[in-house]
Amino acid sequence: MIGGILSLILRRNPVACKWIALLAVLADFIMMAVYWIINYDNISVLKEGAWIADIKKEWIPQWGASFHFAMDGLSLIMVVLTLFLGVVAVLVTWKKTIERVGFFYLNILWLLAGVLGVFLSLDLFLFYFFWELMLIPMFFIISIWGHEKRNPAAVKFFLFTQGGGVLMLIAILALYFIHGRATGDYTFDYFELLGTQVSPKVALWLMLGFLAAFVVKLPVFPFHSWLPDAYTESPTSGTIILAGLLSKTAAYGMLRFILPLFPAAAQEIAPYAVIVGVVSILYGAKLAFAQTNLKRLVAFTSMSHMGFIIVGIFSFTTLAYQGVVLEMVAHGITIGALFVIAGAINDRIHTLDMDKMGGFWSQIPVMGGITTVFVLASLGLPSLGNFVAEFLILSGTFQTYTALAVLASLGLIASMIYSLVILQRIFHGRERSQLKITDFSLREKMIMGSLIIVIFWIGLFPQTIFNTVKPPVGILKTHTVFLQKDNNDSAIELNKDIATGWWGHQPMLQSGNKTMKVFPAFTFDYTQINKKAK
Amino acid sequence: MVTVSMNTGLLLASILFLIGLVGVLTRRNILFILMSIEIMLNATGLAFIVAGAHWLQADGQVMFLFILAMAAAEVALGLALILQMHRQHKTLDSNVLNLLKD
Amino acid sequence: MDNILNLLWLLPALPLFGFLVLAIFGSKFSKRAIAFIGVGTVGISALIAIIIGISYLTHTPPGNSYSQTLWTWFNVAGFSPSISFYLDPLSLIFCFVVTFVGFLIHWYSAESMEEGEGYARYFAYMNLFICAMLVLVLADNLLLLYMGWEGVGLCSFLLIGFWYKDDENSAAARKAFIVTRIGDTMMLIGLFLLVKSFGTLNVAAILSGAPAVWTQGSSLAFWGAFLLLGGALGKSAQFPLQVWLPDAMAGPSPVSALIHAATMVTAGVYLIARMHVLYDLAPAVQMLIAIIGAVTLIIAGFSALMQNDIKRILAYSTISQIGYMFLALGVGAYSSGVFHFFIHAFFKSLLFLSAGAVILALGDEHDIRKMGGLRKKMPVVFWTFLFGAGALAALPFVTAGFYSKDEIIWYAFASDKGSIWLWLAAFGGAFITSIYTFRMVFHTFFGEQKTEISYVPGNRIKIPLIILGILSLIAGFVELPEWMGYFAPFSKFLNTALPAVSLANVAGSTETILLLINMIFALLGVWIAWQFYKKPQLLSSLQTGAGKRLSNFLFEGWKFDWVYDHVFVRPAVWLSRIDKTDFIEKIYGGVGGLNLWLNKMFDRTENGNIRWYTLGVAVGAVITLTIILFL
Repeated sequence: MIGGILSLILRRNPVACKWIALLAVLADFIMMAVYWIINYDNISVLKEGAWIADIKKEWIPQWGASFHFAMDGLSLIMVVLTLFLGVVAVLVTWKKTIERVGFFYLNILWLLAGVLGVFLSLDLFLFYFFWELMLIPMFFIISIWGHEKRNPAAVKFFLFTQGGGVLMLIAILALYFIHGRATGDYTFDYFELLGTQVSPKVALWLMLGFLAAFVVKLPVFPFHSWLPDAYTESPTSGTIILAGLLSKTAAYGMLRFILPLFPAAAQEIAPYAVIVGVVSILYGAKLAFAQTNLKRLVAFTSMSHMGFIIVGIFSFTTLAYQGVVLEMVAHGITIGALFVIAGAINDRIHTLDMDKMGGFWSQIPVMGGITTVFVLASLGLPSLGNFVAEFLILSGTFQTYTALAVLASLGLIASMIYSLVILQRIFHGRERSQLKITDFSLREKMIMGSLIIVIFWIGLFPQTIFNTVKPPVGILKTHTVFLQKDNNDSAIELNKDIATGWWGHQPMLQSGNKTMKVFPAFTFDYTQINKKAK
Repeated sequence: MVTVSMNTGLLLASILFLIGLVGVLTRRNILFILMSIEIMLNATGLAFIVAGAHWLQADGQVMFLFILAMAAAEVALGLALILQMHRQHKTLDSNVLNLLKD
Repeated sequence: MDNILNLLWLLPALPLFGFLVLAIFGSKFSKRAIAFIGVGTVGISALIAIIIGISYLTHTPPGNSYSQTLWTWFNVAGFSPSISFYLDPLSLIFCFVVTFVGFLIHWYSAESMEEGEGYARYFAYMNLFICAMLVLVLADNLLLLYMGWEGVGLCSFLLIGFWYKDDENSAAARKAFIVTRIGDTMMLIGLFLLVKSFGTLNVAAILSGAPAVWTQGSSLAFWGAFLLLGGALGKSAQFPLQVWLPDAMAGPSPVSALIHAATMVTAGVYLIARMHVLYDLAPAVQMLIAIIGAVTLIIAGFSALMQNDIKRILAYSTISQIGYMFLALGVGAYSSGVFHFFIHAFFKSLLFLSAGAVILALGDEHDIRKMGGLRKKMPVVFWTFLFGAGALAALPFVTAGFYSKDEIIWYAFASDKGSIWLWLAAFGGAFITSIYTFRMVFHTFFGEQKTEISYVPGNRIKIPLIILGILSLIAGFVELPEWMGYFAPFSKFLNTALPAVSLANVAGSTETILLLINMIFALLGVWIAWQFYKKPQLLSSLQTGAGKRLSNFLFEGWKFDWVYDHVFVRPAVWLSRIDKTDFIEKIYGGVGGLNLWLNKMFDRTENGNIRWYTLGVAVGAVITLTIILFL
């Protein structure tokens, strides 16, 4: 939704453009954060399935595609996270001299716009549009500003995600035609499509189409092959967005599309999905442990943590869903911070090989302390965000898949091992080299300080987030409760019922450019954005 | 008038065609390749004539006229090209003249 | 007096405040200021703990417990752990020990850690530890307890690896953290099970609800109790997860005293005592606890016999003493287990601190064979160490350890869950304890002086030692056995929170007889230690052939490290080595490679040879015709 504004501003101005980029993202962030804080009380008491804001405009009426943006608690959280990490990503490259500054920030902003679009669009065509929109700037970021082996990495990234994306497109189109043929109303609109009746077999295939895009992006074993290369070769800002946000779009997509659109099919594949998730957790951890390149190591830890997300999503319990949302936020922050640290080290000593590091603590105690915090977050220390998330996920999963949850818990031991490797190889031990390294600057301290505050905040007061996402997550639970009651052929019928019952009559759903005024504060934003979007 | 059965005619045509094909494949001199192609064309023409005679249709002969015309044009063009080629490369060996590669 | 109990939250908050201040601004302060903040916050905490304790005793709150909710941590689908503290006799005792002993150790380390870098870092970690430990013992739900649980594990990791420049210290720290994490993960899975069964992790709710939900001896109860026990085993360094504690001695001595003797390692005892209802429901697990305790105390006792590093001896003896506590818990004598914890906290931290003073004085010398003759040179340290050693060896009547340990040994026999075998283990362990303890005393303080004293401890070291030394002698008088008049305010106090031990029908005279045997063997142990010290050839005569191999085996802690290294660590490392680049990568690489190869192959057909092309056309035509005509 803010994409319009962003791409307008950023065309030119190579010199001033970092300021523009910063201001644009910061302004957005402040806007959304303030919005969240102001309306927090209202949001948390919303009934299940209600939307905070909804906006719909004709786009390609012949195809039934429209600009349909809407926001509920889940989107709101993700949007705030996106903008927050966006600010971090812009600030990280602040002092670095890079070629073609203007184009770089263009890509960053474009990328953020794509991510935001994904989090907000409720029209499948539009969703796909933004989904692909994220891809292109990311490709450029890796292939132009990456490290040594950037080109293969970029191509690999592009091929993998594009492959998944195309499968999703096919599924979207199939759904579109099935719905159109059944009702005579050819539309890509989310709410309309929710009621589509699909035979179980077709539903399974359609869902697999969506899933293909999401599991590649997440990524999940065995589709993770692009991940280490892309994460490692991309510049710091790119990695932060890639790991912190792009993987979350996949998780978001699962929560938003797969579960409501194909609840029966999702239930059907759930055991396999959970198994795959567990394999991801353990295999990712194992690979992480073997790495000596810092960024590669962190990249594999990301894969390991994403395993928790998929396990949580397919365990069909409210505990796990809330955990998944929190994990998305907490992991976004943690992994972002770890990559900032990796980037900072690389800037200073121009290597990421941990065999060449060691005993840096005496030189850079501040960085060491901060790294300790995030390493601990990553290994799931209570009082930091990830613990609550992982506890809820595993606890929820335990109720449906006991044995698999136990296996996934082994991931906690593994995560401890690789996390300690990070900390000890870099900061503890003998000084293995004569490398001189300087500590964090004030700018970096501020970045990291804010990240630390956030990670403690979601670790100690996660309820703010839970309250915000309660309405949308409650909906998901509703689906599965129905399904678990009689998990058989009538599930399709139920799907229809649930859809009309819980999603179908959205009070805010309007045609044309009118917005239902849920909260006065937000209508202002939307009218403004409408103008920009034109 | 001796009547030739269709089978005999088609057999002759295919033998001619094969001779032409083998010529194209084995000869290295482009001139001979061109001549072999002529043989193949004529074999085709013969097949048309035989078929036309068999079903008492004029189409076969019409087609032969077309082929003749095309063969004439082809020879004219081909010879001209061969002359040019010879002038430029001083050879007509098709193994050497592998310019299509790039 | 409710308003005084309201101060409860200050207990962990003050050290936390100290930690934050030191962590953020520590590098800018002078050493004096750092020590002031570090010691001061814990000192005030200790003061508050005492005030709270007095107020609790004089005005016992209704229901014998008091809880204070700070805020709701989160609330998801009815599952809502909160950040709230719970005070009952059990947590009060732990609080008191943690803050009070913690304060003394802080005070001590204000001097002992003065040399070298990282003064602020040290106190920051120590304060964080006190905070986490208090959260652990005060938590009113298991999730918050787990927060403290992991917090103390973290501080232990940070403090073992405090001298981070040595790779060995880092390895020891890592080992401690990972081994305990294995237990912690079991405990976490146990928490999942509890959430599934009860929908809550509130301790009081689980304890009151458990008998209704779980039937006696059911498999759920078994697994719930067993998994929690796993956490306790890891944290308390019990068999088979005991391997980390001896290595953990790489940290500074006060750290060993505080974390690896007095407080953190007894968290497992606390957990089991706290969740005692679950263990009553799972008698099999409770028996397992008793057996583990017995096995551990024997294993560790024998290992301690063979060590030469003074801190390693103490480490093994800690494992062994915690084995006693587990044994007590296992036979249902909860308050005896806690009582032994209480006493043990004093004398073991005293021993560590005195040993630390010796090590400091001798210029970082750990080997007891190179010490000696310190009795005259360092009288204060000698006497306090002797008090601690006496308590550890449970010398009769005068030391506190006697009262606590003999109670356990007695219950190992007399409880309805006890048996003669448990008693034999406990008794044998006590005998070994007195041997290795006094071996250490004789080597360190008697005979010739072998190493020069390079540092004389000052008052900040001596005063805590004296206080702890006195406590090691007199603290036992709060609980006297029946035949000495049955003066037992301690267990009476605890019995409001923990069930009393139920005794089998044993004749009263048996107790006296067993007690006499105990006392005799404790003294006998001292005598044997003296004999071996006087006549070293006695030892070397044993050190031949099989004897040597045996002593080596014991020296290396029954080779547990070796086994774990070969069974777990090496395969894991090997596995990660062989697949460093990820075999999945090869599959995708294979797809890419295949395409490249095909490309090359097709590229070669494009050779510009007309006749080659013609052949291709002809073959293609033939194949096509064949397909059309015949298929």
